[in-house]
Amino acid sequence: MSLFGDALAWILDGGHWGGPTGIDTRLWQHLAVTFAAVALAAAVAIPLGVLIGHTGRGRLVVVATAGAVRAVPTLGLLTLLGLWLGIGLTAPLLALVVLAFPSLLAGAYAGVESADRGAVDAARSLGMSEWQLVLRVELPLGAAVVIGGLRAATLQVVATATLAAYLSDTGLGRYLFAGLKSRDYPQMLAGALLVAALALLLDVALAFVQRACRGPAPLAPSDAAPEAAPAKG
Amino acid sequence: MGIEFRGVSKTYADGTVAVTDFSCTVPSHSTLALVGSSGSGKTTLMRMVNRMVDPSAGTVLIDERDVRELDKVALRRSIGYVPQAGGLLPHRRVVDNVATVPVLTGTSRRTARADALDLLARVGLDPALGRRFPSQLSGGQQQRVAVARALAADPHILLMDEPFGAVDPIVRRDLQDQLAELQAELGKTIVLVTHDIDEAFRLGDQVVILRTGGVVAQTGTPQQILAEPADDFVRDFVGADRAERRLTTTEVDGRRIVVDGDGRPVGVLA
Repeated sequence: MSLFGDALAWILDGGHWGGPTGIDTRLWQHLAVTFAAVALAAAVAIPLGVLIGHTGRGRLVVVATAGAVRAVPTLGLLTLLGLWLGIGLTAPLLALVVLAFPSLLAGAYAGVESADRGAVDAARSLGMSEWQLVLRVELPLGAAVVIGGLRAATLQVVATATLAAYLSDTGLGRYLFAGLKSRDYPQMLAGALLVAALALLLDVALAFVQRACRGPAPLAPSDAAPEAAPAKG
Repeated sequence: MGIEFRGVSKTYADGTVAVTDFSCTVPSHSTLALVGSSGSGKTTLMRMVNRMVDPSAGTVLIDERDVRELDKVALRRSIGYVPQAGGLLPHRRVVDNVATVPVLTGTSRRTARADALDLLARVGLDPALGRRFPSQLSGGQQQRVAVARALAADPHILLMDEPFGAVDPIVRRDLQDQLAELQAELGKTIVLVTHDIDEAFRLGDQVVILRTGGVVAQTGTPQQILAEPADDFVRDFVGADRAERRLTTTEVDGRRIVVDGDGRPVGVLA
C-alpha cells in the first residue's frame, strides 16, 4: 500500500481513537490551543487596531512594528521562549499569540478604516458618540475585513499549533514528532493530514462568516422602485 | 431658534484659510443659503453650527447661547443634518436609518420605527421602502430618506450640506419643491449649503455668496442680489448677464409673452 493509503488506514484504525493520546483528544487539544492563542492575541490586537483605525493615529509605528513581527520565525521564537520558560504549554502558546497578532491587528484597523467615510461623518453629525460610531457603524461596516484578519490568523495558528507538541504533550503535532522520531511515516503523514483537514474546515467556516458580514446586495435595476412614489403626506 | 455667527474665522492646521471674519444672523423659521464654489468655506461655516468644526476665532450662538458651552453629542442630536449624497448607514434598513436619532435619545425602537414610516410618507416615499437597504434605493430616494432622518427628532434647526447635489436635475427640482413645501409647513431654521445659485434663490430667504477663503461677496435676499449685484464677482456668479436671466416681453395675438435674452419664450405674463 502507498504511504498515503497507510496514513489513511492509520487514521481510520479504531485503536488510534479514544484515550489520552487518541486522535479525538489530540484534535480537541489542537483546537483548544488554536482558540486560546487567537483569542489572547485578539484581546489585544483588535482593540488596538480599532483604536488606530478610528483615530488614524499611530498607524505608521504600529504597522511597521507588526510588519517586523511578521518576519519573526515562529520556530526560532519558540526555541527561545522554551529555553526561558521551560517545558510546557506556555512557550508555544506565547509564540502562537505573536504569530496571530499582526494579521488580527491589520484586519482590525483596515476594517475600521474601510467603513464608508461619508456614513461615518454623517453618523457623527447626527450625534453618535465615538463609542457608538465604533460599535454601530465602523465595526459593522468593516466586519468582513476584521473577520478576514481573524481568518488569516486562525489559518496560520492552526497550522503552526503543531509546534505545541515540540515542548508539551499537546495537539496533533504529537503525531508528527512521534512519527519522525520512530520513522513511523504513516503516523506522521496522518498527523499532517489531520492538521490540513482541520485548517480547511476552520477556514471554510470563517469564510462563511465573512461572507455573511458583507451586507446586502443591491437589487437589480428592474427591481428598484420608481423615483416618484404616490404616497405623499 | 435663531442662529448667529459672530465674527467667526477658521484656519486649518495646514494653514488653509476656510473662513474669514464671518458674521450673519439667521432668524428663526427662515432659511439661510450659503453659496459659493469649492474652497469658499461654506461647508465649514455650516459645520460650525453643530460643532463638527470649531471656529479658530469668533463664536456661533444658538438662541444667544454659545455652542461651545453645549455638549457636542447632545447638540448634534438636537439639530437635523442632511449630508452630501445621503450618507445613509449602508448596513441598516431605511426605516432604522430614519429612526437613528430617536433611538439614540432613548425612544423605544418600536415607536421610533412607527414614526419613521410616517416620515417616509411625509417626504414622498412609499413606507414599504422602509424594509429596504439604502443601496436598494435610487439616488433621489436616498436623499428623501436623508431628509426624513434629519426630521425624525423634530429638531428646530436643519443643516443641509449640498443635499441635492448628487441627483439629476429633474429629480433635484422635485426634491427642492418638496423641501419648500415641507418648510412652509414646519418652519424650521435652515442653513443650506449649495454651489447651485438657482437652488439658493429657490430655497433661501437670505442668501450669502462666498468667495474663496470664506469672504462674503454679498448678503441679501434673492431679489436684492439679483437686482443689485454688489460687484462683478457676484454678477458673474448669479449669471445676471446670462441670457436666461434677461427677460423681456413681446406681444403675440394680444397676449404678453416673456422671452429670454436669446429670444426663447419662457412663459406668459399673467
